[in-house]
Amino acid sequence: MKIVHAMLLAFKRFFQSRILRKLLTTPTSAFGIFLLVAFAVIAILAPVLCPPRYVGHPYMIPRDSFAYEPQAPSAEHPLGTTTGQYDLYYGIVWGTRTAFRVGFVVTFFAGIIGIVIGTIAAFYGRIVEEIIMRIVDIFMTMPFLVAAMVLVSILGSGLDKVMIALIAFGWMGYARLIRGEIKGIKALEYITAARALGAGDLRLILRHILPNAIYPVFVMATMQIGAMVLTAAALSFLGLGAEPGYADWGQLISYARNWMIGSAGNSSAYWYTVIFPGVTIVLFGLAWNLVGDGFRDIMDPRMQGSR
Amino acid sequence: MLSYIIRRLLLLPIVMVGVSLLIFAMVQMLGPYKRLALYVDENVLAHMQPGMWDELVELYGLDRPMFVQYWEWLKGVFRGTLGYSKTAQMPVLRALGKYLPATAELALLSIIPVVVLAIRLGVFSAVHQNGIGDQVTRVVAITGWSIPTFVMGLTLLLVFYGMLGIFPPGRMSVWTIPILRGREFIHYTGMNTVDGLLNGNWRITVDALSHLVLPVITLAYISWALILRVMRSSMLETLRQDYITTARAKGVKERVVIKKHAKRNAMIPVVTLAGMTVAGLLGGVVITETIFNYPGLGRFAANAAIQLDVSAVLGFAMFNALLMVGANLVVDVLYALIDPRIRLE
Repeated sequence: MKIVHAMLLAFKRFFQSRILRKLLTTPTSAFGIFLLVAFAVIAILAPVLCPPRYVGHPYMIPRDSFAYEPQAPSAEHPLGTTTGQYDLYYGIVWGTRTAFRVGFVVTFFAGIIGIVIGTIAAFYGRIVEEIIMRIVDIFMTMPFLVAAMVLVSILGSGLDKVMIALIAFGWMGYARLIRGEIKGIKALEYITAARALGAGDLRLILRHILPNAIYPVFVMATMQIGAMVLTAAALSFLGLGAEPGYADWGQLISYARNWMIGSAGNSSAYWYTVIFPGVTIVLFGLAWNLVGDGFRDIMDPRMQGSR
Repeated sequence: MLSYIIRRLLLLPIVMVGVSLLIFAMVQMLGPYKRLALYVDENVLAHMQPGMWDELVELYGLDRPMFVQYWEWLKGVFRGTLGYSKTAQMPVLRALGKYLPATAELALLSIIPVVVLAIRLGVFSAVHQNGIGDQVTRVVAITGWSIPTFVMGLTLLLVFYGMLGIFPPGRMSVWTIPILRGREFIHYTGMNTVDGLLNGNWRITVDALSHLVLPVITLAYISWALILRVMRSSMLETLRQDYITTARAKGVKERVVIKKHAKRNAMIPVVTLAGMTVAGLLGGVVITETIFNYPGLGRFAANAAIQLDVSAVLGFAMFNALLMVGANLVVDVLYALIDPRIRLE
């Protein structure tokens, strides 16, 4: 609970700060924010834009028939259909919700785990830190995608298993980052002062150290949200992700795999099966990258004056 | 320096044990019967008496505590065997050796032009900051690291293979198979581009290259974008250092200032990144190889992971760990060699 309080404190400071203003005035990050807002609006308005056909299962993409061949964009299917007659428009709109959910959940939990582990390591130092950092090293040496695939193969397919796998192998960056930050802050005087006034360990961490150490973690988290969605899409593409028919961008692209060479005589006949989900994924990743980049450029004091 | 290297090398077995133990632990989450199914064919199992399953579980030691099982596997590793891979239908070590040259070919072709180009453009971008060349380069670079590999790979495949019919997926065309398997063709390196030339058969080389173009572009674009970004920001930071101003004040020509003073110092983080990128590429890129159906380590590992070919996954993870730790070590040593201010402790 107190951790959440510390994070909310940091959020509040952020929105009142000049950082947000600077983000909005730099063209690249402003564009990123615009894209994010657009995606958020689409996600929120999903039930309005595409009323779900199967009551209680809004994420199941409606299909008109079971025909194998994708249909080109038309009046009733604005973006066309992909193999199995899944409506692309529906899939992309509801896929936005899936993307945000995957991104936020994975980043949040991976972040919490990483922050806790990194803080413990940095705060208690010496042998505890050594052991923890060795464990972090071991996790970092694991081939990420292969390890995630093994875990999903063991746990069974489904988007929630994919999220578990991504969290299990995605927390290390945060741990390292916050450990570095805290080690720097630990040496500062106000920490010694708080100690002298009798602050206990937990209070010291939550009230003094974390709110200051957490900024770079936010930057990393912003970039990671996009990256995690992309990785989840990659896993879906490889067949390990959501169940068939679930509104997930990666799955939409995996459906396009057989249709890239087009039909006989017209090799770009099924361009829409690849391009629509593909462009959506790229824009999503681009948006988070731009915002995270802008964030980092602003917060890095050495970069000021050179932009 | 030497003691530092030795100390780092001592960490290697710990990391490798850690990595393999982690994977082992994951697989242990399946019960003994499911793990039995990983080794014995399912049809055979289905026709057995149920009592026989328990006998098999006991025979293979699948119900013994995890660490005992792990120790058995580890003993095998010390004896030089990594087990048998059911996806590759050959011992794991041999499978790794079989797929490594293909991946190495891909990695080398992807990284060398990339590093050269990225460094050049990074320096150029930083020197002419916010100029038109810089803006264009940065836009191209940002798209580079925003496009996920599989989208880029698929789009390239769609355009070049789907629409234009050139640059097919896979590693070699069908007509090369009898030549490559024939007795006259000597596989010096296992890399078809090189071997083609060494055997005097340039057609093989051209064919290999035509299959490599798209995967190389996919990998190269993304690596290039990342290296360029680091080079540029590092160069920008270096150019603001005091010694650069001093050099200029001394009257040193701008070109010499950039090439001799700034660039060398700015290269340091790039060396780190380039080193890790090479290691990552050599470890096999799962997605790119899967999309282009390229028979390298990445695709082998992906198939093994999906089919839970435990020995293969363990073997691959160990190889990967070796690569990562080795690359980290090389990069750190290079760091210390390039920058005399850095003391390895």
